[in-house]
Amino acid sequence: MERVAIIGASMTRFGERDGWVRDLLAEAGEACLRDAGVAGSDLDHLYVSNMASGEFEGQTGVPNALAHDLNAMPAYTARIDQTSSSGGAGVYAAWQSVASGASDLTMLVGGEKMTHRTTAEATDVIASLTHPAEYKHGVTLPSFAGMTARLYLDTYDAPRESLGKVAVKNHRNGVDNPHAQFRKEVDLETVLESPIVADPLRLYDFCPITDGSAALLFCPADVAEEYVPKDDYVTIEGIGGATDTHVVHERADPTTMGGVADSSDDAYEMAGLGPDDVDVAELHDMFTILEFLQSEDLGFFEKGKGWKAVEEGVTDRDGDLPINTSGGLKSKGHPLGASGVAQVYEIFAQLTGQAGDRQVEADVGLACNVGGFGNCVTTAVMEGHR
Amino acid sequence: MSDDPVFEAAEYASGAVSYPPHPVGPEGTERVGTVDLSDREATVITWTESTATPPGVRQPNTLAIVEFEMGDDYDGPPVRALGQVVEGEGVEIGDAVTPTYAEELREPGAGIREPASQDWDGFRFEPVE
Repeated sequence: MERVAIIGASMTRFGERDGWVRDLLAEAGEACLRDAGVAGSDLDHLYVSNMASGEFEGQTGVPNALAHDLNAMPAYTARIDQTSSSGGAGVYAAWQSVASGASDLTMLVGGEKMTHRTTAEATDVIASLTHPAEYKHGVTLPSFAGMTARLYLDTYDAPRESLGKVAVKNHRNGVDNPHAQFRKEVDLETVLESPIVADPLRLYDFCPITDGSAALLFCPADVAEEYVPKDDYVTIEGIGGATDTHVVHERADPTTMGGVADSSDDAYEMAGLGPDDVDVAELHDMFTILEFLQSEDLGFFEKGKGWKAVEEGVTDRDGDLPINTSGGLKSKGHPLGASGVAQVYEIFAQLTGQAGDRQVEADVGLACNVGGFGNCVTTAVMEGHR
Repeated sequence: MSDDPVFEAAEYASGAVSYPPHPVGPEGTERVGTVDLSDREATVITWTESTATPPGVRQPNTLAIVEFEMGDDYDGPPVRALGQVVEGEGVEIGDAVTPTYAEELREPGAGIREPASQDWDGFRFEPVE
C-alpha cells in the first residue's frame, strides 16, 4: 500500500455566494491545481464530494461538469455522497485511489450551494436522510441535537453554559479565518439568550446554511517532493471510516457516537499513533453538542468530561489541544459536501505553517467528519514534515 | 382479525425486537414475527421541542425518544422509538407514556419526500396520568 501525501489545498470563501455549485467547485479546483503547479489533464482521478446538488439546484453529474470546466479529461471521475460526511468520504476515496496504486494524482473537490433555499427547505433536504419512521414525525438534524444535548447535560451533570462556550470559542477562532462565513465574536450571554431552535439548544448552538467549496490534491508520498518542497505537504498516516445505525434511537447510548470511536480506532491503528499524539483537531461541530461527543469518542477526553475541557480552555487556540482553529462548521460555515474537505484544508494549513493568525504548534493533526447524526464518519490522522 | 392500527416492531430468531423492523436482523438473524407496541407503556429517554420545523410539520414539534417496557422474559437490546408527543402535552426524562394513533403526522407532499414512498400515519406519545 502506497503512503499518501496531500500536496495542494484550496478553499473558497464560505458564506452566501453568487455562484452555483458548478462555479464554486471550479473556483476551488482551479486554485488547488495552481497551488501545486499541475494541470487538470495531469489528473488520473477527480472526485467531487457533494450531498444534494440535484435536490438543491437541479444540477446532477457534477464530476463530469467539473472535469469539463478544468479540462481534466480523460480523468476517471465520481461523485461521493455520504450526506454531511461526503467530504470525509471523498478524502477516504482519494486516499484509497492513490494508496492502491490506481491513481498517481487525484484531486478531490467538495462543494455545495444552499443559501438560495429557505431555512425550512434546506432543513428538509438534509432531514431527507432520515428513516421513514423518523421523517414522518418531522424530525430534523437539529432536533436530534436537542434531544442528545438534553440527555448529555442530564447524564453528566454538565451546565448548559458549557455548550455555549463551544460557540464562543469557535466564533473567536473564525475571526482570524478569511474564508469563514462569520468573522465575528459572540459572547456567552448572546448565545444563551438567542432564540430556541431545539430545546435546550438555541440559534447560536447551530452552524449556518452555507455555500462554498474546498479542494485537495493527493499523490504517492515518495514523489511528493517532485511537486512541492518538503515543508509544503502533509501525509495521511491513518484513516478510517465507519457507519452507525440509521435510526438514532437504536443506539445503546445516544450520547456515544459509535462511528467516531470505530473510525478513529482504525485511523490511530494505521498511523501507529493515539489521541495523545494529536496536536490540533478539526471536529464536526454542526451543533455545539457534537464537539463534546466527538472529543470524547476520539479518546481526547473521558466520557462525560468533554464539557470540562472546554470550560478549562484546553481546546482553545492556545490550549493543550486546540480544536476547530478554523472556527469549525459553527463559524466557518457548513456547505455539506465541502465541510470534510475544508477540515483537512485547515489541518494542511496548520501542519505546513500556512495558517496565518490561526497558526498553532503542531506536527500531527486530526480531522473527523460526521454525516447524519453520527450515521457515517471518516477520521483522518495527518502529519507534517517541517 | 382486528383492524386496529399496529405499532409494528420486528422479532428476530435471536429473540431481539426492533422498531422499525430491519429486513435482516442483528448478526444476520431472520425475522420470525411481529410485536405490536401499541398497547405497551414506555419511558421517556429524552425529548426536545423543535421550533424550526420543515414544510408540512406542526410548529412547534415536541419529539421524544422512548423505551418500551418489554416484560421480564425479554432479554434483548432495548426497544425504542422516536415520535411526536401529543399536542399540548409536555414530558420530562423518566416520564411514562403510551402510544396513541394519528392518521397523519405531517402533511404528505409538503416536504421533499415523494408522498407515495412511505406511510404518514403512526403513533404519538401521551403522558400516563
